[in-house]
Amino acid sequence: MPLVVTEWLADHVELPKDLTAEQLAAALVRVGLEEEAVHAAKVTGPLVVGRVLLQQPEEQKNGKTVNWCLVDVGPEHNVTEIKGVDPADIPAGGARGIICGAHNFGVGDLVVVALPGTVLPGPFAIAARKTYGHVSDGMICSTAELGLGDDGRHGIIVLPRDLGFDEADLKPGQDAIALLGLGDEVLEINVTPDRGYAFSYRGVAREYAHSTGAAFTDRALVDGVPAATPDGFAVEVDDAAPIHGVVGCDRFVTRVVRGIDPSAPTPAWMKRRLEGSGMRSISLAVDVTNYVMLDLGQPLHAYDLDKVTAPIVVRRAAPGERLTTLDDADRALDPEDLLITDSPSGARASRVLGLAGVMGGASSEVTDSTTAVLVEAAHFDPITVARTARRHKLPSEAAKRFERGVDPRLPGVAAQRVVDLLVEHGGGVADPAVGDLDRTTGLAPIDLPLDLPTRVAGVEYPAEQVTGILEQIGCTVVPAAAPGSVTVTPPTWRPDLTERVALVEEVVRIAGYDQIPSVVPAAPGGRGLTEAQRTRRSVARALAESGLVETLSYPFIGTAELDALGLPDDDARRTAVRLANPLADDRPLLRTSLLATLVETARRNVARGLPDVAVFEVGLVTLPAPGAPAAPQLPVGVRPSVEELAALTAAVPAQPRHVAAVVTGNVDHAGWWGAGRTAGWADALELARLVAARAGVEVTVAAATDVMPWHPGRCAALVVAEGPQAERVVGYAGELHPKVIERTGLPKRSVAFELDLSALAAAASGEPVGATAVSAFPAAKEDFAFVVDADVPAETVRAAVVEGAGELVEDVSLFDVFTGEQLGEGKKSLAYSVRLRAADRTLTADEVRAAREGVVAAAAAVGATLRG
Amino acid sequence: MSAVAHDLPDGPSPLDVAALDAAVEQALADVAAAADLDALKAVRTAHTGDRSALALANRAIGALPGPDKAAAGKNLGPRRGRIAQAIAARQAELEAERDEKVLLEEAVDVTLPTDRRPVGARHPIESIQERVADFFVGMGWEIAEGPEVEAEWFNFDALNFGPDHPARQMQDTFYVAPTSDGDDSNLVLRTHTSPVQARSLIERGVPLYIAVPGKVFRTDALDATHTPVFHQVEGLAIDRGLTMANLVGTLDAFARAMFGPEAKTRLRPSFFPFTEPSAEMDLWFPQKKGGAGWIEWGGCGMVHPNVLRAAGVDPEEYQGFAFGMGIERTLMLRHAIADMHDIVEGDVRFSTQFGTEI
Repeated sequence: MPLVVTEWLADHVELPKDLTAEQLAAALVRVGLEEEAVHAAKVTGPLVVGRVLLQQPEEQKNGKTVNWCLVDVGPEHNVTEIKGVDPADIPAGGARGIICGAHNFGVGDLVVVALPGTVLPGPFAIAARKTYGHVSDGMICSTAELGLGDDGRHGIIVLPRDLGFDEADLKPGQDAIALLGLGDEVLEINVTPDRGYAFSYRGVAREYAHSTGAAFTDRALVDGVPAATPDGFAVEVDDAAPIHGVVGCDRFVTRVVRGIDPSAPTPAWMKRRLEGSGMRSISLAVDVTNYVMLDLGQPLHAYDLDKVTAPIVVRRAAPGERLTTLDDADRALDPEDLLITDSPSGARASRVLGLAGVMGGASSEVTDSTTAVLVEAAHFDPITVARTARRHKLPSEAAKRFERGVDPRLPGVAAQRVVDLLVEHGGGVADPAVGDLDRTTGLAPIDLPLDLPTRVAGVEYPAEQVTGILEQIGCTVVPAAAPGSVTVTPPTWRPDLTERVALVEEVVRIAGYDQIPSVVPAAPGGRGLTEAQRTRRSVARALAESGLVETLSYPFIGTAELDALGLPDDDARRTAVRLANPLADDRPLLRTSLLATLVETARRNVARGLPDVAVFEVGLVTLPAPGAPAAPQLPVGVRPSVEELAALTAAVPAQPRHVAAVVTGNVDHAGWWGAGRTAGWADALELARLVAARAGVEVTVAAATDVMPWHPGRCAALVVAEGPQAERVVGYAGELHPKVIERTGLPKRSVAFELDLSALAAAASGEPVGATAVSAFPAAKEDFAFVVDADVPAETVRAAVVEGAGELVEDVSLFDVFTGEQLGEGKKSLAYSVRLRAADRTLTADEVRAAREGVVAAAAAVGATLRG
Repeated sequence: MSAVAHDLPDGPSPLDVAALDAAVEQALADVAAAADLDALKAVRTAHTGDRSALALANRAIGALPGPDKAAAGKNLGPRRGRIAQAIAARQAELEAERDEKVLLEEAVDVTLPTDRRPVGARHPIESIQERVADFFVGMGWEIAEGPEVEAEWFNFDALNFGPDHPARQMQDTFYVAPTSDGDDSNLVLRTHTSPVQARSLIERGVPLYIAVPGKVFRTDALDATHTPVFHQVEGLAIDRGLTMANLVGTLDAFARAMFGPEAKTRLRPSFFPFTEPSAEMDLWFPQKKGGAGWIEWGGCGMVHPNVLRAAGVDPEEYQGFAFGMGIERTLMLRHAIADMHDIVEGDVRFSTQFGTEI
C-alpha cells in the first residue's frame, strides 16, 4: 500500500510546517485512508557529507588491502589530533581518520560519512573502533548501508557521481540525513478498493484537504495539454471479446521523445522521492513514468521507440499466444487477456508488447542504449485488468491502480508530464505528434434527495451542507426535477460513485463520523435462544461439569487421519469435501468425524506430560453427498428464485453438529484417599448417555461390533426411535480399537464417543415435560439374583424385570454382576434391587408378592432363573 | 401392696422437712460431684430411684391421715422437682462435654487436597460467544446460524461482492475443489459470518434483528495473531427508519457489555462491499498495554441496498446496519492473551483457566 512522503505531498496541498507522520495519519484516517504503519526514520545521528583528503592503501597480512583515509567532515566534526598520525600530516582545519575496505572512490570525492553516534538501518550503531592498526573514527557509506537499496555496485556512494547531486550544492559537514531524505518518518496508508484515486499524491492530497480544509491544487487540471495530431503514433483498439460488454481500452495517449541521453541520471530529488515512496530507481525513462504515476495516479509505460512498429493494436490474446514479461517470465496468455501489440513488417497486431495495464514485455523494454521513447498513457477496463493480474499473479503497481479505477482524464496530462521530465532531465526533444484515441464517456448522474443523508445517518445535514460537500469532492450538483432533490454528476476520478448511498457516504464521511450520535435501537423483542442452541449449551456445560475440558481443533484432515481411525475403504466417512487450495497439502479434506482431529488434541495433551486427559469438542462435520451438483452462480443484487434457492441448498453439503470426547487415564484421581479409577468403555457410554439426556432424548443402547475406531467388543451404538418402526443410530461410545490406539499414539485403553448433536436435537420433542406427581406413600424394596447365560445382555434381563414388576415399579438397579464356578460354565449372576411404590396407597403384602412373582416369571421367560 | 413393696426400707417421714431437705442437699451435692455420664446415672438411681429417700417418703404418703396428705405432697413435689432439674442440667452439661471431646477427637486436616474428581472447563472461545449471544438476546435480538461450507453466492454475491470485485480477492478464501463432474463447485469455506445476513433475510424476512457468532476461515498461516480458522460475531438489524446513530448506539452498548462501563466505540470511514456508508470500528480500551487507547475492533456500516435486494427486501422501505468483529481478538484483548497458539492448540491447561463462564 502507498507510502506518503510528506515533502512530496506538499506539491499538491498546503501542509503545516513540521507536520509529523502521526499528524498526517490522523488527518487521513478521519476521511477513510487507514494508517497501515509509520516507518521510522532510517538513519539517526551525525551522518554528514565528507570530502576525501587522503586515501592511503595499506596491504594487510591476510592479503586484503584497506584504505586509510582522512576525510574532511566540516569544521564542526573535524578533529586536529588523530592517534598515530603526526600532527604535521593533519590538514589545516582538521579531519577524521577512517578505515575503508572499498576502493571505488578517490581523493577529492564527496562521500557520505557516518560519524560515531550514527545509527544506520539494521540497526547498526557506528562507534570509533581500533582496526587494522588505526582508530577508525566513522564509516564511509554505501547505498546498501544507508538502506537506500542495493545499487548493484556494492561500493561507496560518491554523491555527484552516483546520486546526481551538483557538487556546488554540497559541502563537508552538511547534514546528509536531510540531503538523502533518510530522517523522515514515512506514513504508509491503506487504500480501500473504492478509492483508486488515492493511489497517488494527487488523491491523498485531496483527501488531506477534505479532512483539514487546507488549500489543495489539482495538478491534473492544467491547461496546455496538447490535443491529438493526425500524425500521432497510430493506435487501434480492436476488442473482439469485451468483458460484460465493456471494451477493454477506451483511451490511449501516445507521445514520442527523441534524442534522450541514455546515460542521463535520474535527478537526486526524484530518486529520493521514489525511494521514499518505496520504489527502486532503475533508469531515467522508467523512473519518470513511475514518478508521474505516483504523483498523479496514471500508470504509464515507456517503450523503446525503435522496437515498436505502428500501428499499436489493443486486442485480446489469441489461444496459444505467449509473452515474456518484464520480469523475464514466459507466460501463456489467456484469450481474456487484453494485449498491447504492434505490427512489425506490416503484419498488423502480430507482436505482443505487453499485458494491457498490467506489465510490459521484455522485447520493447527501454534499455541503457535507448534514445527514443514512446510513452503510453492509457485507460483500461478495471475488470479486464483485475482478471489478468489475478490470472498471472501480477499485482503490479499499474494493475493495482487500473483495477480500482483510474481517472480517464489523466492520460493526456500525465503523458505531458513524462515528456516534460524527459526533455528536462534526459536532454530529449518532444515530438510534436500526439496520439489520443479517446472514447471515454462521463459518469452517469445520480438523483439524490437532499434529506437522504440525514435519514441514513441520523444527523441533521442542512441542504447547503449536502451540496457543499458534494461539490467539495468534485461533483457537479444541479437541482433535479423532483422537489428536494439534486442531480449529482461525480468527478471523473470517482467511478465508485454509482448510486445514492455512495453519495450519502461522502456527505457523512466529510461531515465527520464523529458527528453521529449514539442511539440504542428498540428491537421488537425476540424469542430467546432456540431449542437447539439451548441444548448445545446444556450439553457442553454438562460435559464440562463432568470433568471434561472443551477444546477446538481445525477441521482440516488428510487420508492419514482417516487411516489412523481404521476406517474401511467403503466407509461413508471417507467421502469428504476437498479444498482446492488447502493450507497443507497433506490435509486437503474437511473432517467427517470430530474424532479425526480430536484424537490428535488428546494425544498432544498426553505428549505434554498430562497423564489424565478428558477432552471434548462440539463442532460441525461436513458430509457431502456423492456426486453433489455445483452451486449455481447467480447475480448480485437480485433475489434468487425458489428454484435457484433450492439449487443453492442442494449444492451445500450437509453439516451436522457433532459432539465427541476422548478420555484417557484416570477419571477419578488417585491420591491420599486411595487409588484412582481408570477410564473405561462405561465412562464413554455414560457421557454419551448424559449428552442424550441433556438433549432431552431417550436413547437405547446396542452392541456395535464392527464400527471403527472402536473396539469390536466394547462399543455401544446409541439409538433413537424415529416413529414406531424406524430407529436411527445417533452415535457410538466405547473403548477405542487397539489398532487405533497404536496408530494414533494414544495411551492404551483410551475411550471415546461421538454423537450427532443435530440429530439428537431434531429427535427431541421440544414439548414441555408433563410432570408426574410424586408419591409420598411408602416404598417396598425387593431384591432378586438371577442366573442367566453369560451372553444374554443385561438390558434384556432388566427389561424383563421392569415388565414383570408391572406398574408399581419405580426403580430397578443392577447392584451386582458375578461369574464363578458355583454358577457353572457360561453362566452369570445378575442381582437387581427393585423399588415398588403406588401413587395412592401403601402397598399390601399381597401386592408386593404379586409383583415379585411377576418379576420372576418375566425373567424366566428370558432364560433367567432365580438363584436359590 | 405387693410383697416386693414390703421389702423396701423405710424412708424419712414425708412430714419431716429437715430430713427431706437433708436428702435434697445430699442429692444436689452428688449431682454436682458426678464427673461423667456414668456417675450421673448412678446418682440418678440413688436419688430418684425406687429406693431413694424421697421416693420412699413419697410412698409413705398413702399411709398418712387425710389432712397430712396434702401437706406431705407439698413437701415432696418441689423437692423431687429440684433434684430432677439438677440432674437434667448436669446431664446436659456432661453430654456437651462428651460431645465436644468426641468432635475434637474426630478432627481432620482440612488442608488435605480434595480434588478426587477432575474439574472440566469450556473453551473460552465458546463461552465468550455465549456471552455475546446473551447480550444480544437481552437486547431482544435473536441468534442465527449458517453453514461453514457455503455457496459463493451467499458468501460474496449476495453481499454485493461480484465475481470481479477487488474485495473478493482480498479475502484469502479457501475454495472447495471442483465437483466429480469437473465443474467449479462454487463453494467456499465462509470467509465471514456475513452470508448468514442473506440467509436470515431470505428465511425470516424483515424486520430482523440478529446476531451471528460462528466459525470462519481464511488462508492465513497460524502465528501469534493469525489463525486460518477463527470466529466472528455478526450483527444485522433491518427495520424501518434505522440509522447510523442506531449502529453507534448498539456498538457502544455491546462494547460496555464486553469491556466495562468505560468502553466506547469510534467509527472511521472505510469500505466494505456490503455496507454503505462503511466504517472501521475502534474500541476505547482502558486496559490497553501502555495506557488506555483506541484499538481496532471490527467493521460496520449501513447495509447496502444490493444486499437487501438480493434477499427480496425493498431498500426504499427498509434500511439497517450490520457489523462484525473477531471473537479471538475480543477474547485476547479482554483476557490479555498474547499468543493465538494457546487458543487453537487444544491444550487443556489453557481452557481450564477460564472455568465454565467468562
